[in-house]
Amino acid sequence: MQGIREFMPKQDLIYFLLLAVIVFIVLPLSTDIFRLNLLGKYLTYAFVAIGLVLCWGYGGILSLGQGVFFGLGGYCMAMFLKLEASDPETTKIQSTPGIPDFMDWNQITELPWFWEPFYSLTFTLIAILVVPTIFAYLIGVAMFKRRVGGVYFAIITQAIASILTILIIGQQGYTGGVNGITDLRTFLGWDIRTDSAKYILYFVNAGLLLGCLLVAQFIRKSKFGRLLLAMREREDRVRFSGYDVSNFKIFIFCVAAIFSAIGGAMFTLQVGFMSPSFVGIVPSIEMVIFCAIGGRLSIYGAVYGTLVVNWTKTSFSESFPELWLFAMGALFIGVVMAFPNGLAGIYKSRVEPWVVKVFTQLKGYYLEKTVATVTKPGETR
Amino acid sequence: MTKLSNKNFVLEVEGLTVSFDGFKAVNDLSFYVEEEEIRVIIGPNGAGKTTVLDLICGKTKSTSGSIKFRGRDLTKMTEHAIVHAGVGRKFQNPSIYEDLTVFENLEISYPSGRSVFGALVFKRSVEVIAAIEEVAETIFLKDCLGKNAGLLSHGQKQWLEIGMLLIQNPELLMLDEPVAGMSVAERKQTAELLNRIIKERAVIVIEHDMQFVEDIAHRVTVMHQGKTLSEGSMERVKNDPKVIEVYLGG
Repeated sequence: MQGIREFMPKQDLIYFLLLAVIVFIVLPLSTDIFRLNLLGKYLTYAFVAIGLVLCWGYGGILSLGQGVFFGLGGYCMAMFLKLEASDPETTKIQSTPGIPDFMDWNQITELPWFWEPFYSLTFTLIAILVVPTIFAYLIGVAMFKRRVGGVYFAIITQAIASILTILIIGQQGYTGGVNGITDLRTFLGWDIRTDSAKYILYFVNAGLLLGCLLVAQFIRKSKFGRLLLAMREREDRVRFSGYDVSNFKIFIFCVAAIFSAIGGAMFTLQVGFMSPSFVGIVPSIEMVIFCAIGGRLSIYGAVYGTLVVNWTKTSFSESFPELWLFAMGALFIGVVMAFPNGLAGIYKSRVEPWVVKVFTQLKGYYLEKTVATVTKPGETR
Repeated sequence: MTKLSNKNFVLEVEGLTVSFDGFKAVNDLSFYVEEEEIRVIIGPNGAGKTTVLDLICGKTKSTSGSIKFRGRDLTKMTEHAIVHAGVGRKFQNPSIYEDLTVFENLEISYPSGRSVFGALVFKRSVEVIAAIEEVAETIFLKDCLGKNAGLLSHGQKQWLEIGMLLIQNPELLMLDEPVAGMSVAERKQTAELLNRIIKERAVIVIEHDMQFVEDIAHRVTVMHQGKTLSEGSMERVKNDPKVIEVYLGG
């Protein structure tokens, strides 16, 4: 019991349950399937934002390349789905039937070796988690063991995002190039394009998101979480308290990568394609903005931030597409300057005191009433 | 000073040199610290005092020379391994985690759960809480355990950092100007605190406050331009003409 309270204090439990109610009940009931699918897509970015809260908000490691991990997860899933969509029957008009269509267009006559294992769902699911982790681990070891941090780390992750985009676009025959991997249809024979599938995928996605939130909550509330804050502030003091700081950074960077990859895989499933435009610098920075606006110290805030920014983006860019990037830039600067802790910070300082006041009043009123009814008979007051 | 082979030294620094782009901040420095000895390093600004501590705790890598702590060469060890070996270091400016509470500051310094997975499964056991409360008592912060460390006064921050070292129970404690920037009252309290905690361990202190040095030092090393200028008891050092000339003033 003690352990549970330590892991999930009452306040956090309320935030968690509130988010669960919104994601599982309020949103599905209040929107049609088209919008819900859109929300599901936004929620896949929230995985990245939660990872960034841990990595950047807590650990002070600003990664401007989270799109890389989102993309790796998404591409792993897309490769599996694409192979399923490219059976010899449906691709019989190609010069080489049985391989993905874009390979055929690029005069590739044999499935590349690294595509082969993606026939297996088990392998794919493992790859979604393991490939980004290994990649993040390698980056982490190369950077953090050499004490590369701060702005330099941000720039390097950005460069990696850029390199991966160029690589994907350049290797068109193996990756689908700039169009990405498109025309995904079924998942183990189950058509993912139908409305019912979209409903189910939305709920699977929401469930996974809450799962990631629980993991993040566990890390946050453990000594590891406090160490991250300590490292952000006084890295040397942590080091000279006997901790190998780089290992902690590598670990949290890997955790953020896994979260992103799960988001990426769910993106592919819900949206039905994956392309380099979710890997590069712009999406990576956008994800940092979601996290900053939600509140970089709040894993729950990050989810709301993602939803709010994307919802605004969709409504705003429907009317003024060319203005959106400027608006988002202004929003980012405004939030960082005026509310460094984002929406969560505004809630904490402005809304929560009011909510608490109303609740105590209600509670007081209720108690008074019960006391009054209990003491009424025979009492002289 | 030559090494006496029958003595049991905690720390043996021999021929220690570090050069930053040709500038030798520490130049062929040798000294030996005995068990339970309190060694104070004094010297003018830029003499290389802090650099010596940096070299011992691994923050700076030496160019040549050796630092032996209980027979283990610290120059080849990583910072955290040096801490695990039993060397604790307090920085010149209070180096604490301002966003965390006093309790959490001390908890992070508690020597368990220092690996990634250890930190994830670390539990606030009865022993941990008892140890933290005991140290908090020693450093006069028992009533501030739940307070954010950023809200402490300057002197309290210094105490907290000392407490963070104390909870690690190091065999060699290194303090860089522990009373700098403190009020007279705090200074007195700190001297008392240090006198209590330096028992049963070797201590190296860098300090400018001569009264304070006289109060606590067993032996004093005077550094000047990266070298030992004089070494011995406070009495001897104070009357050394070389020391008077470069440091204490006429």
